[in-house]
Amino acid sequence: MAAATASLNAAHLASLAAPRHYEDNPATRDTPWIKWMILTLSLLFFAGFLLLPLATVFVEAFKKGWDVYLAAISEDDALSAIRLTLIAALIAVPMNLVFGISAAWAIAKFEFRGKQLLITLIDLPFSVSPVVAGLIYVLLFGAQSWVGPWLIEHDLKIMFAVPGIVLATIFVTFPFIARELIPLMQAQGKDEEEAAIVLGASGLQTFWHVTLPNIKWGLLYGVILCNARAMGEFGAVSVVSGHIRGVTNTMPLQIEILYNEYQFAAAFAVASLLALLALVTLVLKTYIEWQAARSARDSQQG
Amino acid sequence: MSPPRHKPFRVLPGFNLTLGYTLLYLSLLVLIPLSAVFIKTATGGWDHFWLTVTSPRVLASFRLSFGMSLLAAAINSVFGLLLTWSLVRYRFPGRKIVDALIDLPFALPTAVAGIALTAIYAPKGWIGSLATAYGIRIAFTPWGVLLALIFIGLPFVVRTVQPVLEDLEVELEEAAASLGAPRWETFRRVTFPALLPALLTGFALAFARAVGEYGSVIFIAGNIPMVSEITPLMIITKLEQYDYTGATGIAAVMLLLSFILLFIINGLQVWSTRRIGRTV
Amino acid sequence: MSIQVQNIRKQFGSFTALNDVSLDFPTGELVALLGPSGCGKTTLLRIIAGLEQADSGNVILEGNDASSTSVRDRQVGFVFQHYALFRHMTVFDNIAFGLRVKPRAERPSENVIRKKVTDLLKLVQLDWLADRFPSQLSGGQRQRIALARALAVEPRVLLLDEPFGALDTKVRKELRRWLRRLHDELHITSIFVTHDQEEALEVADRVVLMNHGEVEQLGSPEEVWGAPKTPFVYSFLGAVNLFHGRSAPGEVQVGEQSLEHAGDALPAGTEVIAFARPHELDIDTDLSQPNGIRARITRIRAFGLTAHIELERNGPNDSVQHNEVELTLDRLVALQLRAGLEVRLVPSNLKVFQNPSPSTLSADHYIASGI
Repeated sequence: MAAATASLNAAHLASLAAPRHYEDNPATRDTPWIKWMILTLSLLFFAGFLLLPLATVFVEAFKKGWDVYLAAISEDDALSAIRLTLIAALIAVPMNLVFGISAAWAIAKFEFRGKQLLITLIDLPFSVSPVVAGLIYVLLFGAQSWVGPWLIEHDLKIMFAVPGIVLATIFVTFPFIARELIPLMQAQGKDEEEAAIVLGASGLQTFWHVTLPNIKWGLLYGVILCNARAMGEFGAVSVVSGHIRGVTNTMPLQIEILYNEYQFAAAFAVASLLALLALVTLVLKTYIEWQAARSARDSQQG
Repeated sequence: MSPPRHKPFRVLPGFNLTLGYTLLYLSLLVLIPLSAVFIKTATGGWDHFWLTVTSPRVLASFRLSFGMSLLAAAINSVFGLLLTWSLVRYRFPGRKIVDALIDLPFALPTAVAGIALTAIYAPKGWIGSLATAYGIRIAFTPWGVLLALIFIGLPFVVRTVQPVLEDLEVELEEAAASLGAPRWETFRRVTFPALLPALLTGFALAFARAVGEYGSVIFIAGNIPMVSEITPLMIITKLEQYDYTGATGIAAVMLLLSFILLFIINGLQVWSTRRIGRTV
Repeated sequence: MSIQVQNIRKQFGSFTALNDVSLDFPTGELVALLGPSGCGKTTLLRIIAGLEQADSGNVILEGNDASSTSVRDRQVGFVFQHYALFRHMTVFDNIAFGLRVKPRAERPSENVIRKKVTDLLKLVQLDWLADRFPSQLSGGQRQRIALARALAVEPRVLLLDEPFGALDTKVRKELRRWLRRLHDELHITSIFVTHDQEEALEVADRVVLMNHGEVEQLGSPEEVWGAPKTPFVYSFLGAVNLFHGRSAPGEVQVGEQSLEHAGDALPAGTEVIAFARPHELDIDTDLSQPNGIRARITRIRAFGLTAHIELERNGPNDSVQHNEVELTLDRLVALQLRAGLEVRLVPSNLKVFQNPSPSTLSADHYIASGI
């Protein structure tokens, strides 16, 4: 499946590195009134649909002043929600990182039957509704499931507990890193790795000294997007969490509870933290794109 | 002469390890859990499944989810194309910031987007109060659902079309101009056909995402039965009633749709690769 | 170190890349594997390196069967076609890589590594580039760094895949001479793959000509150029005029006309191909003589030491055949040739082969391959 998320796209990087000047070329220049019409329409759309909600989060968060804001985000339930969100991301992201590297290595460096099917299957979680993603783990581990009675008997909690939240988070962020690395490593081929092997390097040495430096931007890119989604996931986590305050609430769930209790300022205060995370993610993402564009341009020189 | 060797030969190490781990991880976390949906649906029996998915409330949710998702994807295709055109073709102050913020719906947690949109469009919100003055209600109606789905789908269109437009050879338009074609004819006959596969892919991706979307919709929808209940909410409602087979029945329908969409999108890719020699 | 390959076969799906290839590469020689693309030369090189595995057959390094030795342990130096320099490492780190990844027990100290890399940089005459990144180098410089990197681990053999393929003509010529001198200094057994006959003939001690996965001829540049053993070698090396005909006593019949041919007699009536280099054809303006083939001059290029005469003649089925003759300028003046003149082509030397596949090569023609 194509760009189901943002990705380090070669064409985009090329245009970042060497922007074309369409407006200087009579063949690609639009007449001024067309240009202004398109610009106005698209920027109004952008402002209305993207900018306005973002601004609203911060305006609403500070509506009742700093004190309310600080109190809202330092309250016990909020803190425990922040902690749980961090834990879930801290487990899910490294798990998917190892998986992503492993899948990309197998797919990009070797030929085997069914490769295309495997790539499609890795993308599958992106096309599954988050609610369904939560549901599948309820079906597997819930009280009514085959293993449910056994889990209860041994006092193992998966559903409505941290393990379920982690599982759901892993599922919804599953493809992020793999799908970033696969096309990147495929495009880079295996010449450099073969050269390293001929020179006597072991598999790990080759990966560490040759492959990893070449994919570092793509890897970081995937990690950052994976992390943003892991910390922000709502639907899937909502199904498996059980909404136990201070215990199984992540930040997005905490926002829901506060909002439904009409504590709007508090809800937006917690939301503003996540919005900040989103902005940091976008800044890092843009920075990585520029770095990757630069190194792509550098390696094409000469 | 040594006998023919049948064991596949690989210069780089780690094939068995990485492929094995990939398949194991994929099976345990994705494939087996997903198949549980179909197994559970099957154990509930056909009659129960059919009764669930054809009950008026569920049917109304299908109509709402699919209808609004199609509409949102269509609106995003139009405005996404305009926005992409602006980003690629024009220089204007703040272009890089706009470009970076296009991905906001990917980065902003859906629950945050949901409460923000509600705050704007609720009867007491900035825009909602204006609309109410003219007797229009946005939040807590299907139109609220549409707004949230537009928000969530926009980057899919822009990010799919953008690299294709960036990669498009200027020479094509130069050639068309040198042959005397007016600007609009050049767009209609040269540029747009080259963008079409990407645009359709972006449409399909935005649609697929919208159908399954939950977090950003749930706050603004109002969740009025038969009016503004989306399909994912129906799954949660069934779960809360401990109707597991009912929930999985609806989930199975949604999964099936996802697979069909995935199939269509892959088909679009093949088509565009054949047509313009690159994937989007 | 000597290299032998024995009965190597390699199949990619239904495509036969190598069909029972056996070759001996003597110690210390620089050998070129020459052939058109798809002839299997790169596959053979990769099999010798251990980057590819033959379906059957053996690779013998210094008398020992290395067929099951992994590429890491074969101690071969391999220079990739596109160099495969590690793009994120400096030139210095690229060359040092092979030494730094040795097991701790065998790894030289950092001082020894520094000394060695510096020496290699001097050897390839690029010691001033140590801190640059590959992207900051020209193609020719990258090529030499790739070679230095391969030499750092003191390989027993050096294998180069199209070493000058990606370079422009001028750099290519310089690097060719440089590689030859380097080989004369080091005397390491080396094999390089090329599709460029000029490159192979100019640089190598020996040339292996390959086509369709088989070895056509092996010999010194003089041998393969002067005494081509097969029609393929004849037409692959240098420009050549081709005539299809039937063998007859003392001549080759081409349609209604005939070319004189003494020597190796094939049974009369055999379908043959006759080859003559442009300088092995003479032009006779006297049309009354019976021997030779009639043709019309279309263009005369009289610059340089010799003149090139382009001719056309009618072939079977209304086709037009092209030929080229090389004459001295004196001869050109003596004959008073001009475009449009009808003349006879008379070979001074003709090489005749039995036509291996009469159906595939139906038209006579001139093959211009540039030397």
